[in-house]
Formats: sequence, structure tokens, C-alpha cells
Amino acid sequence: MRTTLKVTLAAVALAGTLGSAQAGEKLKVGFIYVGPIGDHGWSYQHDQGRLAIEKALGEKVTTSYLEKVPEGADAERALERLARSGHKLIFATSFGYMDSVIKVAKRYPDVKFEHATGYKRAKNVSTYSARFYEGRYIIGKIAGKISKKGMAGYIASFPIPEVVRGINSFMLGAQSVNPDFKIKIVWVNSWYDPGKEADAAKVLIAQGADILTQHTDSAAPMQVAEEKGIKAFGQASDMIKFGPHAQLTAVIDNWAPYYIQRTKDVLAGTWKSKDTWGGLAAGMVKMAPYTNMPEEVKKMAQETEEAIRSGKLHPFTGPIYDQDGKLRVKEGAVMSDKELLGMNWYVRGITDKLPK
Amino acid sequence: MNGLEAFLLTVIAAATPLLLAAIGELVVERSGVLNLGVEGMMATGAIVAFAVALGTGSPLLGALAGAVAGAVVALPFVFLTQLLAANQVASGLALALFGLGLSGLIGEGFVGQPGVRLARLDIPGLSDLPLIGPVLFGHDVLVYLSFFMTAAVAWFLFRTRAGLVLRAVGMNHHAAHALGHPVRLVRTLAILFGGLMAGLAGAYLSVSYTPQWVEDMTAGRGWIALALVVFATWRPLRVLAGAYLFGAVWILGLHAQAAGYGLPPQFLSALPYLATIVALVLISRNRILTLMNTPAMIGQPFMPDR
Repeated sequence: MRTTLKVTLAAVALAGTLGSAQAGEKLKVGFIYVGPIGDHGWSYQHDQGRLAIEKALGEKVTTSYLEKVPEGADAERALERLARSGHKLIFATSFGYMDSVIKVAKRYPDVKFEHATGYKRAKNVSTYSARFYEGRYIIGKIAGKISKKGMAGYIASFPIPEVVRGINSFMLGAQSVNPDFKIKIVWVNSWYDPGKEADAAKVLIAQGADILTQHTDSAAPMQVAEEKGIKAFGQASDMIKFGPHAQLTAVIDNWAPYYIQRTKDVLAGTWKSKDTWGGLAAGMVKMAPYTNMPEEVKKMAQETEEAIRSGKLHPFTGPIYDQDGKLRVKEGAVMSDKELLGMNWYVRGITDKLPK
Repeated sequence: MNGLEAFLLTVIAAATPLLLAAIGELVVERSGVLNLGVEGMMATGAIVAFAVALGTGSPLLGALAGAVAGAVVALPFVFLTQLLAANQVASGLALALFGLGLSGLIGEGFVGQPGVRLARLDIPGLSDLPLIGPVLFGHDVLVYLSFFMTAAVAWFLFRTRAGLVLRAVGMNHHAAHALGHPVRLVRTLAILFGGLMAGLAGAYLSVSYTPQWVEDMTAGRGWIALALVVFATWRPLRVLAGAYLFGAVWILGLHAQAAGYGLPPQFLSALPYLATIVALVLISRNRILTLMNTPAMIGQPFMPDR
């Protein structure tokens, strides 16, 4: 039912939302989002990036967007529509748009495409993503210090490398200050279901977690943490309003600097196809203010953030063992980006089995 | 708080929105109308309840407004299906889409704002009893209302004359019409009641379950409520049982994951649907009884001869 519903919704969106981007010589920049911009999570943060372009370059650029575009054939139509209506730079902001982007890009060689979190490129297709695991290492360290029971609850979405990498990074951070740290993971099989996320949070608390973190989009777990008087970390955007006493910090998706830069590149005629995977240093990952924690933990967090930003510290530095005790990264070595991108195993200390 | 208590409390929270919406839809379908727009009415109820609660500071007023909003968005459906005798499936789907879209439009300015939570009723003395206290007496008014409405609907349908008329309209509208019963009026009232209940279910999401608003926060619960009504063979107590069974298996699945039994989460996510269908099909094995409870006119438009 839901799939049909979404397809129909997208058709309605296609007919409706493509707004009035009629302006003389301005560069037209288009966006397609997988969710509604009202999700206050993934798509919302991309839209904040779009608004940042308008703010910074509004005199030379107009932007438009299509929201709730399902991955698959509909995405191709949406991209085609943007390309045909004169958009010269198009951001496709979900992994599943990958093949559609490549197809449409072939038909419109003079249009530049930017695809988030994918790995297929072409002469007029760039890819970009953010190293969220850097932020997750920091919150792991904070959790290791703050949790009295030494146990975190982790609300996860789908068992893909991006999410597994986040869990491992969090755990490595926590273990660096508390080697016996434990983690309980609940997969809600959704990026986005406030009710289910809240249920998962309650279940994790009932089973002994006294600190929560999530790789889903809604602020519902934060609200549960606030109500139950425990601590939690925000996801995608600053959630301090939902947990004024609960939020320790949040790992924020910050696409604005990248989006503005790429738009400038097109304006200047210097745009080239490339792959960007930026983290704290590039400003693509940002930490919300460190709150509700003792001064010394705050200091540790800031130092860790600085060390990662300056390149002195890489969260995935060996020795790293997987949960079966096999050595995956040798002492002193740093895991390559390729290995990071394909991560499908848990680090030592996680007792759960990774769902396949 | 011990484990069992926490478990029961989460089950009640998960089951309440399903029960509220399903009981409303049950009355609609008993009158012979299939309204597939539950999800849309819920979404509208959720945003209106959230906005009014935030604006007035009163979540109760919000819930009330959410219920009314659910009925108001059902009005075009009434117009289409009762006055123009349009296809109910198409009109219902349109209502589902319309409600979701409308909620997104109204809600644009409310993204990222924490809402106001409906207060829990505290009965001094009783609420402090171990286990029974919080499980029986520590909820907000919507939870009690969901039980009350289930009982009230059961009583209305099977113990009152008006209920008999409503069922007759759903069973055979020509016969009911020949006897002088106002078929379209009965159905209109039933649809509006369904809208009120779906609106309340949405309100429960945005002022109690998770006091915030995000687009699509209903996340398919309207469709689950629709399915519950059918699998419960249009009987109120079975809808209640189905909603709670669904909630219980849903929460158990999360518990099993957190405990690390190694069961695949995809399977656990599908289990509530599976378990509810199997259970309700098993208790509905008696074909004759099922046929007796199936509103024969469901989905068929009615136009009185002029």
C-alpha cells in the first residue's frame, strides 16, 4: 500500500511543486529529495543547503526542488524534468537515485549533476558525501564518560555500510574511554517513523541503556530521553529544543558549504567531476554545542573534535578487531576509504549479530 | 519501573492510535461505506491537534480540534460518495492523498518545534499501586476514550435501534430505503464519525505518543487500522483484540532485538502484521458468522429513485 501511495504522491508532486523559477539569465539549480522537507532530518538538511545557496548567491541563482521523489523510475522522470526546464546544476540527494542520475546525465551532457552518497561518476556527474562517522566517534567518547551503567542504546535504520560504520565508530570512541562499554542495538527498518523510534527508545531504556543515540531521523527518541531523565545525542539537526536537559550534542549534516562552492564553480565555469567525502574539516559535519555534561567531558570532546579536524586522529586507526576476534586493521594503520565504504562487520565488543 | 510495567505501557501507547482509527472505520464500513482515507484524516488530525495545542497551550483542546479536523476533511468524501454516488475506492484514495498533502501544507511552519504533551490522569492513591497503578490508572484521557468508544460502539451497534438501522443500511440499502430509513443521512453521519475518530487517532500521535509534528508521521498507521477492521470481521471487540495483539508483537519484536537474540530485524518488523492476520483469521473461521457480520453493501453507491 505504502509504495503505491508514494508513487502516486510523487506524481502529484511532479505535477504540483515544480515552482516558478522563471528568471532571465540566472543559473537554475535543481534539487530532488527522497523525503518531505518537513521531515526535520535528511531531506530537511539538504533543503537548508538549498536555502543557503539562495542566501549567498541569490542574485545570480534561482533554485527549485521536488520533494518525496521515490527512488527508481520516478526519479528519472523528475531529473529529466529539471534538466529539460533549464536547470544547469542538479543535486540528487539520495543513494537510490544513482542509476537514474547516470542515465539522465548521458542525455544532458551540458547539465552538471551532483549525486549524494553514491559512487558512480561521469564527466558531468560528481558524487559527494559526509564523514558522519567522525562525529559518531566523538559522541561515542562522550557516552563512554557519561553513561553510569556503561551501556548505550542505539536506534538504527537499515543494516547498510553507512549505518554499520556509524555504530562501529561510536563503539570505538566509547571503548577508548571505557573498554567494557556495551551497546544494545534496535533496527526499526525505517529512516523515519517517530512512533516506532519512540517505542524503540523506551524498550532500550527498559533494558538498561542510560544513554541513547540514533541513526534515524526524528526527534522522538530525544523526547523520550528528556521525559525519562536520561541523556541522548541528536541526529542530522540540532535537537536541543526537544531535549533541553537530555541532548549532549548532535551530529549535524551541513551541506551548505559544499552546495555553495559547487554552485560557484558552475558560475565560474570551473566545475569538474569529482568525488568529495568531507568531514569535520570540510565543514560538512558539524557538532552541536556540547551541553548537559561536566566541564572535563566537554573539554575531552572538543579536543577530540580538534584532533579529527586537524587530521591527527582517525577514528578507524588500528589495531581494530572484529567481533570474532579477527584483526581487521593492523596496529598503527588507518583503514582505507574503500574499506570504510564497504563496511559490513561489527568491531569487537558488540555482541549482537549484524543482520544481513 | 519494572520490565513488565514498561512493556505494558509501551504496548498501550502503540495500540491506542490503531484502536481509535479502526473503531471509527468500523462504524463507517458497517453502514456500507468503504473509506480508504483513514491515513489522510489521521494526518490532518495530527497537524491540527499539534498546532492548536501549541497555540492555546491546551493539548486537550488540540485533540478536540484534531477530531473535528478529521471530520471536516471527510466532507468532500461525503459529497462525492453520497451526493454524487462516486466510486468509493477512488474517492477514499483521493482523501488519503489529500489529507497527507494538506497536513504538509498546514505544518510547514511547525517543523522542528516541540509540542505540548497531554497530561496523564493521576488518581491519588490508585496511581501509586505497584504495577496495576501505572498500567490501569496512569494514562491520558485518549487511552481511556479508546476503550470507552469501543464499548460504546459495540453497545450502539448491537443494542440500540439506531445501531440496527445503521447495520441494515450496510446490509441492504434498498430494503432499508424501502422501509423509509434515510440511507444517505445514516452513511453521512457514519463517515463523519469515522473522521472524528481518525482525527483523534492522529491527535494522539502528535500530542501524546510523540509530541511533535513531522510530515508523514502517521507512517502507515491508517492503513493498518483499515486492515484491522476487515480481519476483525467488523466486530468491535475483535478490533480491540487485534490492535492490542499488533501492539504487543510490535513491542516484543523491539525487545527481542535489544536483548540480542539474533533474530533478523526485518522478520521482527513484519511479525506484527503476520501475527495479527493469523490470529484474526483463526478466530473468524466460522464462515456463516463472518458472512452475518460482513456489511454486504460495502463499497456500493446508493442513489434513491426519484
